[in-house]
Amino acid sequence: MPNNAPATEVGVSYTRAVVQVGVSSRNRRRVRAEEKVVRGFLFLCALLGVLTTFAIVFILFTESLGFFKAVSLREFLTSTVWTPTFKNPSFGVLPLVMGTLLTSLIALLLAGPVGLLTAIYLSEYASPRVRRVVKPTLEVLAGIPTVVYGYFALTFITPLLQKFIPGLEGFNALSAGLVMGIMILPTVASLSEDALYAVPNSLRYASLALGATRFQTVWGVVVPAAMSGVSASFLLGISRAVGETMIVAIAAGSQPNFTFNPLVAVQTMTAYIVQITMGDTPHGSVGYQTIFAVGLLLFLMTLMLNLVSEAIRRRYKGARV
Amino acid sequence: MIQVVSTPQWRAREYRREQIFQLVGALIVLFALTTLVVLLTKILLDGFARLNPEFFTSFPSRRASQAGILPALVGSAYLLLLTAAIAIPIGVGAAIYLEEFARRNWFTRLVEINITNLAGVPSVIYGLLGLQVFVRTLMMDRSLLAGACTMALLALPVIITAAREGLRTVPKSLRDGSLALGATQWQTVRYTVLPVAMPSILTGVILSLSRVVGETAPLLVIGAVVYIGTLPDSLFSAFTVLPVQIYNWTTRPQHAFQENAAAGIIVLLALLLTMNALAIYLRNRYQKRLPI
Repeated sequence: MPNNAPATEVGVSYTRAVVQVGVSSRNRRRVRAEEKVVRGFLFLCALLGVLTTFAIVFILFTESLGFFKAVSLREFLTSTVWTPTFKNPSFGVLPLVMGTLLTSLIALLLAGPVGLLTAIYLSEYASPRVRRVVKPTLEVLAGIPTVVYGYFALTFITPLLQKFIPGLEGFNALSAGLVMGIMILPTVASLSEDALYAVPNSLRYASLALGATRFQTVWGVVVPAAMSGVSASFLLGISRAVGETMIVAIAAGSQPNFTFNPLVAVQTMTAYIVQITMGDTPHGSVGYQTIFAVGLLLFLMTLMLNLVSEAIRRRYKGARV
Repeated sequence: MIQVVSTPQWRAREYRREQIFQLVGALIVLFALTTLVVLLTKILLDGFARLNPEFFTSFPSRRASQAGILPALVGSAYLLLLTAAIAIPIGVGAAIYLEEFARRNWFTRLVEINITNLAGVPSVIYGLLGLQVFVRTLMMDRSLLAGACTMALLALPVIITAAREGLRTVPKSLRDGSLALGATQWQTVRYTVLPVAMPSILTGVILSLSRVVGETAPLLVIGAVVYIGTLPDSLFSAFTVLPVQIYNWTTRPQHAFQENAAAGIIVLLALLLTMNALAIYLRNRYQKRLPI
């Protein structure tokens, strides 16, 4: 009877289970033992999540410790020269941080406004038909592997921009940042839309009833009411951009420049980690341990952004009318 | 506001503003659509010519025109299967524990906070974790197994969340019925809850695994190699995967290699599309057949 198979199957399984339980005391002992074993196994599965976090923190800290024995924390955080593999190495992480901030900022400058406007349009203006086209498009954009975005940045956006900006280098922060903006656009747009959606209709009606236009209602009432949720989406977007690796590794270059000039090559923290692990820096050397120190900094930065974003989001969910 | 009601100029201005904003909004929405179309067109134009049978059956080569994706494709398939074999039991197990067994206490809250935070950890950090734990400490070397273990950790938070959502679709009455008949907790889960929740769990799991197929950074960090002359034949073989191969070709200065990269991207996107279509098919097929 394949037509109503699920219902039948469920019924049959009840019987099976019951018969098993009720047979003998030996059987009952076996069932109870099985229950304990399974429970233990499932508990271990859940524990693995916690262990992963501890392992990440443990490894980043212990390996960085080796690094900070050789290099002072002060040099790491204040020097502006990053040449860890040179004969005369200098370990100032600021150029990498700068590269990360620069590309992430460019990404947010694109994804912030575009994401917010997309969210406003979708939640306040668009017809259901438009929504049916746009939402899946955003989902597809979110599902494209980042290495593909990297290819797109290097072989399409950079040559395109070079036609308008003559001084643009082949590897640059601008094109990597813009493409990263496209990558985080779905995150920003969909979380902002959730925030706008959570604004109760009574506020909109009240504003419209007072004679405000739709435009005035959106900018004067709805967006301010959703501001915390919108800012949470921006923070999460930045966090994604900060942790993104492939786009910047491909299109932003590999020169740790201490600069805010978007037209030249920069190196981000993530791109540096990839560069070193792919290269032939010997294991155990200070040059090699840098990746864990940089990784620790990266981990702390994204963790902070995520936590703040999460806290804001939880608050506005609680305040929902 | 007094001004508002009085002048017709004001009303005309507001009306214009409204019109302009609607137009801007529509254009902005078009932006996402246009970007996607441009991206796909660019990749198809670059790579389509390279998609011949030899491209699928050749090994990487110094000459762009003779290079192929066979080891990368096989490596991706193995890695996906192995990751699934590790991550699905653990992920679904953790979800079952959290949804069906655990009481709400500090431990479950800790696990939940952890899962949320792990989902936000940059993938390159998982690479560092895999490098230190699997490649070095457990001495798996730069092997398929080390790659799969790393990817499994990366996929776990998403899989757990997806599986929990699947389990939540099962009505409580089913559990109560089973327990009332004398079944133990595990028997209830095994014979009643899981069969009903399976399709939606599977859908979520496939979607999370499709992220694994496109992931590059952690594999670069733990050392997936690009030039391998043989296909991986054991858990401890060196391996490469499609995204790593694409990355390598993209970063070559020669234009011919970038065409290879584009062709590789077409294959990768086709693979992802298939997985997503499968997930959607499963969802649609089983969605309406809940017995209750």
